[in-house]
Amino acid sequence: MQFDLLINAIIAGLMLGAFYAAVTAGISISFGMLDIVNIAHPGFIVLGSYIAYIVNAQFGIDPIVIAILALPVFYAFGALIYGIYFQSFEKRGQDSMRGLAFFFGLLFVTEVGLIVAFGVDYRSVTTSYVGGSVNIGPMEFPLRMLVPAIVSLAMFAALQLFMTRTFIGRAVMAVSQDPQALELMAVDPTRIKRIAFSLSMATCAMAGAFLIVIQPVLPSSGREYIGRVFAVCVLGGLGSLPGTLIAALLIGVIESIVTTFYGPSWAPAVSFGLLLLTLAVRPSGLLGR
Amino acid sequence: MRTPLFTLVMLAVAAALYLSFRFVGNDYLFFLGYVVLQYVVIATAWNILGGYCGYVNFGSAGFFAIGVYSTIFFYNIGQAPEEVFPEFLLTPMKWIFPLPLPVLIVLGGVFAGLIGLGMGYLTLRLRGVFFAIATLALAVVLETFIVNWSFVGGSRGAYVIPPENIPVFGPFIQYLFVLMLLLAVASVVAARLIERSRLGIGFATIRDDELAAETSGVPTLRLKLIATVLSGALFGMAGAPFPFYIGYVEPNSAFNLSYAVNAIAMPMIGGTTSWVGPMIGALILSTLQQVVTVTISSAVNLLITGLLLIGFVILAPNGLIGLWHDWTGRRSKS
Repeated sequence: MQFDLLINAIIAGLMLGAFYAAVTAGISISFGMLDIVNIAHPGFIVLGSYIAYIVNAQFGIDPIVIAILALPVFYAFGALIYGIYFQSFEKRGQDSMRGLAFFFGLLFVTEVGLIVAFGVDYRSVTTSYVGGSVNIGPMEFPLRMLVPAIVSLAMFAALQLFMTRTFIGRAVMAVSQDPQALELMAVDPTRIKRIAFSLSMATCAMAGAFLIVIQPVLPSSGREYIGRVFAVCVLGGLGSLPGTLIAALLIGVIESIVTTFYGPSWAPAVSFGLLLLTLAVRPSGLLGR
Repeated sequence: MRTPLFTLVMLAVAAALYLSFRFVGNDYLFFLGYVVLQYVVIATAWNILGGYCGYVNFGSAGFFAIGVYSTIFFYNIGQAPEEVFPEFLLTPMKWIFPLPLPVLIVLGGVFAGLIGLGMGYLTLRLRGVFFAIATLALAVVLETFIVNWSFVGGSRGAYVIPPENIPVFGPFIQYLFVLMLLLAVASVVAARLIERSRLGIGFATIRDDELAAETSGVPTLRLKLIATVLSGALFGMAGAPFPFYIGYVEPNSAFNLSYAVNAIAMPMIGGTTSWVGPMIGALILSTLQQVVTVTISSAVNLLITGLLLIGFVILAPNGLIGLWHDWTGRRSKS
């Protein structure tokens, strides 16, 4: 019985981890590769959830389809934010403290704006697969978790392929190492960074849809994910997408086991504890450069 | 102005403020003034690390809550000492407890300072960004512990019943107000003193170029730790009287994100390079917030704070003080 519980906790943790990977992918690009500490990322994910919620409530479209349709919107939004960030902070060399305060302000404004617009009630979506599950022997795969997990792994694979196989993707990896060298190769580093940041923002649309499929969402839901995404990102090693995936699965499994055996109120401390531990012991992370 | 003289002037201003509030005689003024002064302490505390050293602390709410919960912890011991201490300790403990509020404030400062030390030691050796992220994490870890710790109320929250009246001051809120007033004066004087001392110059070298400071022999890690401890202790001291002010504390109110946002927004809006900025920022912004909360709603008030923060960091990176310098500078030139 205890063994069944453990197996199911691990399975739930792996699916949760795949979702965390989608949530962290954007941070891994913006923080890990571009050195832009976008702490507002989780706030934009919740924004993505609310867009999925509104369209789903109006037209009954599947949230993940909505997210795919919303990708260009979030991409453009990302380009806008990077434009402001570049003009106001990065160009003037003030990106450390004021840049952080800027993103913190964005996080806060997103959250409070959603509270003003929608109140502090839980919002959720209706889809055909929310209630169902697939059972293999003693193992249970709730579709509510399984569908987002599979799509998020697919998204992750697509991102990794883009980063390693295309010219722009490689340029993004290069800009994180040496923007000046990139400029000498006649590539505009600002343009590359804008594209990469917009991409990271586009992942928010997807992650937001996953989030609201998995659980009901509050305007303040993003806050729980701040520490988690940075924990995953730092544990995986900055700028390493495979590292991010491994760390996400690891944290998902540990959290799930803690929730199963010690109660859900301790779960938030897991990722934060791991984050502090990583920072203290091995700041470069699992697969860090 | 020399520090003793400056201290006297600040105390005189504080006394004038208190006496004029007493003259008006409306308790609401004291309730409102308490919140404004609490934010003066919080903004000044944040600025010691953020403005002087350039290290961003997002965990202000966490440090504030350490002060809050240290008070609740000792208050609960005072309520039922026989459940906490063994028989032979009971008589001396009954003599010590309940602890007076000034002692609780000092204790809150000590605990918050110690947590600041531990946390700084773990993360301050890394790049500043990691410290910022770790402070975000700290607040959530602490909240998780508090939620699971039933002695201080857990997620249900805890009641603190303040005495009705107190000798000399009359209503208890006036006593709280005077304590917070003294704390605000002390923190502003301390910030000014630090700014003009060797310590402050050391902090400024870290802010301007940490690598250059390190290579010139500035003990950067030690200075950063000092700043974290001082800043954390002030946060804790600002939080310690809070349970007596509010009467009922639950984790959500003690760890409220608005403390973290205000702690950053007030110095940023006032100007981070000197002690004046956070004080002005706190006075203006928290008075504005009180007005908006009463006239419109508390959600809108937070929205305004966030938008002001974004607006100021983009358009006026040196805050109101910077705008003032620009304006007077331009006038003297023409």
